[in-house]
Amino acid sequence: MKILVAISKTPETTAKISFTPDNKAFNTDGVQYIMNPYDEWYALVRGLELKEANGGSVTVINVGPPANDVIIRKALAIGADDAVRVNAEPLSARFVAEQIANHAKEAGYDLIIFGKETIDYSGALVPGMVAELLDLPFFSFAHYLEVDGKTATVTRDIEGGEEIAEAELPIVVSAIKGMAEQRIPNMRGIMMAKRKPLNVTEPVGTQGDVEIVAYTLPPEKSAVKLVEPENMDELVSLLHEEAKVI
Amino acid sequence: METTMKSSKVDKYQHHDYYLMDELLSEDHLLARDAVRDWVKREVTPIIEQYAEKAECPMHLFKGLAEIGAFGPSIPVEYGGGGMDEMAYGVIMQELERGDSGVRSMASVQSSLVMYPIYKYGTEAHRQKYLPKLGSGELIGCFGLTEPDHGSNPGGMITNIRDDGDAYILNGAKMWITNSPVADIAVVWAKDEAGVVRGMIVEADTEGYSAPEIHGKWSLRASITGELVFEDVRVPKDNVFPEIKGLKGPLSCLSKARYGIAWGAIGAALDCYDSALRYALERHQFGKPIGQFQLQQKKLAEMITEITKAQLLTWRLGQLANEGRVTPAQISMAKRNNVHMALQIAREARQIHGGMGITNEYPIMRHMMNLETVLTYEGTHDIHLLITGMDVTGLNAFK
Ligand SMILES: Cc1cc2nc3c(=O)[nH]c(=O)nc-3n(C[C@H](O)[C@H](O)[C@H](O)COP(=O)(O)OP(=O)(O)OC[C@H]3O[C@@H](n4cnc5c(N)ncnc54)[C@H](O)[C@@H]3O)c2cc1C
Repeated sequence: MKILVAISKTPETTAKISFTPDNKAFNTDGVQYIMNPYDEWYALVRGLELKEANGGSVTVINVGPPANDVIIRKALAIGADDAVRVNAEPLSARFVAEQIANHAKEAGYDLIIFGKETIDYSGALVPGMVAELLDLPFFSFAHYLEVDGKTATVTRDIEGGEEIAEAELPIVVSAIKGMAEQRIPNMRGIMMAKRKPLNVTEPVGTQGDVEIVAYTLPPEKSAVKLVEPENMDELVSLLHEEAKVI
Repeated sequence: METTMKSSKVDKYQHHDYYLMDELLSEDHLLARDAVRDWVKREVTPIIEQYAEKAECPMHLFKGLAEIGAFGPSIPVEYGGGGMDEMAYGVIMQELERGDSGVRSMASVQSSLVMYPIYKYGTEAHRQKYLPKLGSGELIGCFGLTEPDHGSNPGGMITNIRDDGDAYILNGAKMWITNSPVADIAVVWAKDEAGVVRGMIVEADTEGYSAPEIHGKWSLRASITGELVFEDVRVPKDNVFPEIKGLKGPLSCLSKARYGIAWGAIGAALDCYDSALRYALERHQFGKPIGQFQLQQKKLAEMITEITKAQLLTWRLGQLANEGRVTPAQISMAKRNNVHMALQIAREARQIHGGMGITNEYPIMRHMMNLETVLTYEGTHDIHLLITGMDVTGLNAFK
């Protein structure tokens, strides 16, 4: 089974978020990056588990500049067999999806797994676009994925329950928490990753025509108000007059 | 311990890299460091306070340390090591000690004091027989040099071997031996009939061998320490390291371990600083964060200054070690400086935390108590000063 896992880079979860003076871009000064946790913990690890159970290979793909190589190496250290980096800034979901679809079309995969979204821009757009560009079935926000021969079973949460679907491979899936458990690379994996192929290719098409007008930070959280358990009236009036929720 | 103790403690640690030292590390160093940091956050932080409080060794971490590759990272892959360089070993030790000096000790003893001498001084048969199993954690090792009456002066040791045909008869006792009560093998240093120090591998199930635990430690409480007692233990001659003779054998192992400690101490210091910085920004007194008071800023500013100096010291030491040029005296300087620095920072950080600083809500007291051992073992603070003194004057203060 040939599996493709798309991985992206996001700021480290404790990074301080600020913007450039014109508010049109994220201020990257002093920011440390990590592999997007949904990609790393769920998509990649489930891909590796399926490969370990069924044989085959796991390729990781990233659209990004050379600085992303350290994240790609991490994916190789965790266990991916090889990697592709499309050498371009990932400026729009459409552009990224085109690069991934373009690679997948040529290489041909049985399964393409994504994290449900990146934890920075949270667009959740790329997986669906890739499925559309490749004309493949798409299962979003799945927490279970099993493969038996040529058939995949995918489970996703829906309001008040679960949806269990079956589909013939190839398919595209985006993964949420529960699909797998984080794997920490070990030293031997890190050393082996140095020898695994990381192929750099040039992008196709042109960047999208979406323009960001401005980013703003969410309003500051106000202080917590403590109400004594006896003062139910005060609580009710605060909820009514200040919070305006009742 | 039947079940693993877990707590819901969240490890909020953030790395502090004031001089952008990360740019001096390679991709695999960064990956190694982050992997061990993730492992510590997941496996060590949630449990360590409880094990330290109970003075119990988290035995299950031996397996975890092996899996992550913390046993023998710089031993070649064909012998079950990681095949990495000295800088990688350093960053691994730093991250482990950020978690706990006792956990770091579990890894440094196995790597530098057991796997390294077997790799360096053992025969090919020794390497094949022991190294892969030590690397995978199937075997735990310990290192017996210190004796009840010979600590700083190991050359005075009285543990000895006597020729008895195809074996030596080993007699004597070792003291303060990390991991000895749980070890499967011990690398033991003893004098032969000519009074020459020899190294050997002693299997724990040999008759006459015992390793009683030392209780009552207020430091390194999550690490198990014991004695080694040898009563007419028959050690096959094949188990003796053939070439290495004299104190330079054990001392070369200690150099490796001390090198790791120089890095490790920075980890403990970083954890104390990180906690103190966060606390200083969150804790309010007199209507403002205590971090706004000059006296608290002085503490924090001096901490990060000292940490940064220590980071530069170890980075250069790592480079020299990679080039095979590092001297034992250079390692002594870094071990002494960095451990003392970490202990000072623990004390200052404790004050910043006020009363909370004495509790196990914060890692400070545990680090502080641990560092008292780190200041003493692997050559005391004073002994390392005398090594530097001897190195620069050419005069020996030990005689
Ligand atoms: C928790 C723990 C784990 C340990 N693990 C191991 C292990 O795994 N293997 C092992 O072999 N050892 C181990 N040790 C032993 C450790 O290395 C010794 O404790 C250390 O070398 C000091 O020896 P000592 O305790 O006998 O102190 P001493 O040598 O008696 O020193 C007492 C004091 O006298 C000072 N002093 C000694 N000589 C001089 C001098 N010439 N000039 C000035 N001052 C001097 C010392 O600096 C010290 O302050 C461990 C120790 C501890 C506490």
